[in-house]
Amino acid sequence: MAYDYEKSIRPGKLPHIWCPGCGHGIVMKGLIRAMDTCGLEKNNTAIVSGIGCASRMPGYLDFNTLHTAHGRAAAFATGVKMAKPEMTVICCGGDGDGAAIGGNHFIHACRRNIDMTYVLLNNYIYGMTGGQFSSSTPPGHLASTTPYGNPDPAFDLAKLAIGAGATFVARTTAFHATQIDKLIVEGIKHKGMAVIEILDDCPTTYGRRNKFRSVVDMMKRLKDIAVPVTAAAKMTPEQLEGKTLTGVLHKEDRPEYCENYAKIIARVQGA
Amino acid sequence: MSAKAEIEIIEAYCKGCSICVEFCPTKVLEMDAFVVKVANADACIACNQCELRCPDFAIKVHKL
Repeated sequence: MAYDYEKSIRPGKLPHIWCPGCGHGIVMKGLIRAMDTCGLEKNNTAIVSGIGCASRMPGYLDFNTLHTAHGRAAAFATGVKMAKPEMTVICCGGDGDGAAIGGNHFIHACRRNIDMTYVLLNNYIYGMTGGQFSSSTPPGHLASTTPYGNPDPAFDLAKLAIGAGATFVARTTAFHATQIDKLIVEGIKHKGMAVIEILDDCPTTYGRRNKFRSVVDMMKRLKDIAVPVTAAAKMTPEQLEGKTLTGVLHKEDRPEYCENYAKIIARVQGA
Repeated sequence: MSAKAEIEIIEAYCKGCSICVEFCPTKVLEMDAFVVKVANADACIACNQCELRCPDFAIKVHKL
């Protein structure tokens, strides 16, 4: 039997609104498989998102879902986790939503090390609002608001998450479909803030402006730029020029926020 | 060579991105008027690559 994705999708919601070739569907499939592997119950799982293409995901997934204000997924998810620490909280959103408009909430969720899994889909652009450049658009690339090339350097979102204090940080691409669910499973099982950056393609607002002739070209680019961290250790800086590391980039153990908070409550009430 | 799987295509979901056609290692699939179709069913090796990379939930690979 083929894998049954539809048991996790709200009835009548397919086909989804994403453009032909948009990798968000591949990532959503990976997320469904990962939640299934972890045995998450629908009633004990919350999926939170902000605004954007990637943030449409909770609209399709048949779990407890929260579609919130632009960039505020991490803030609302923090509230859910604090109120119901036994719940598994998963955030999903794009680079514009999570790391630009909601950058502040994102870095502070990382700093607190609250137990949630943030699936960050990086398609290098604000797709839904019309292809404006985001904080992760590479320098020189074209967007609707940078018609002569983007003058700004781009964020490395995984490094940003590590620097802000996330205790599990991994990266993969929409091309590497099986790695998506493996990393999300590790993220869900990790106690603390897990950030999984997934490099994605946006053929409609990013690809056609940046000389990708087809969706397949964009997928091949994702395949070409990805280098597993284990392989990168044996490569020279020249060989790594223009490449992106994939796999588990950072993992550490640090006290989790909800547990710390519960300890403070117990101490003060006991006194 | 006999097929290792039966590929089911939900045409109403297919948006014609052709990712599945490009990355099928044995060239089982083909585009036909912006919708994917199974052109060479016997060559299927049940690798599941088309189902994994279909962003539109339009392909189901039933292993035989």
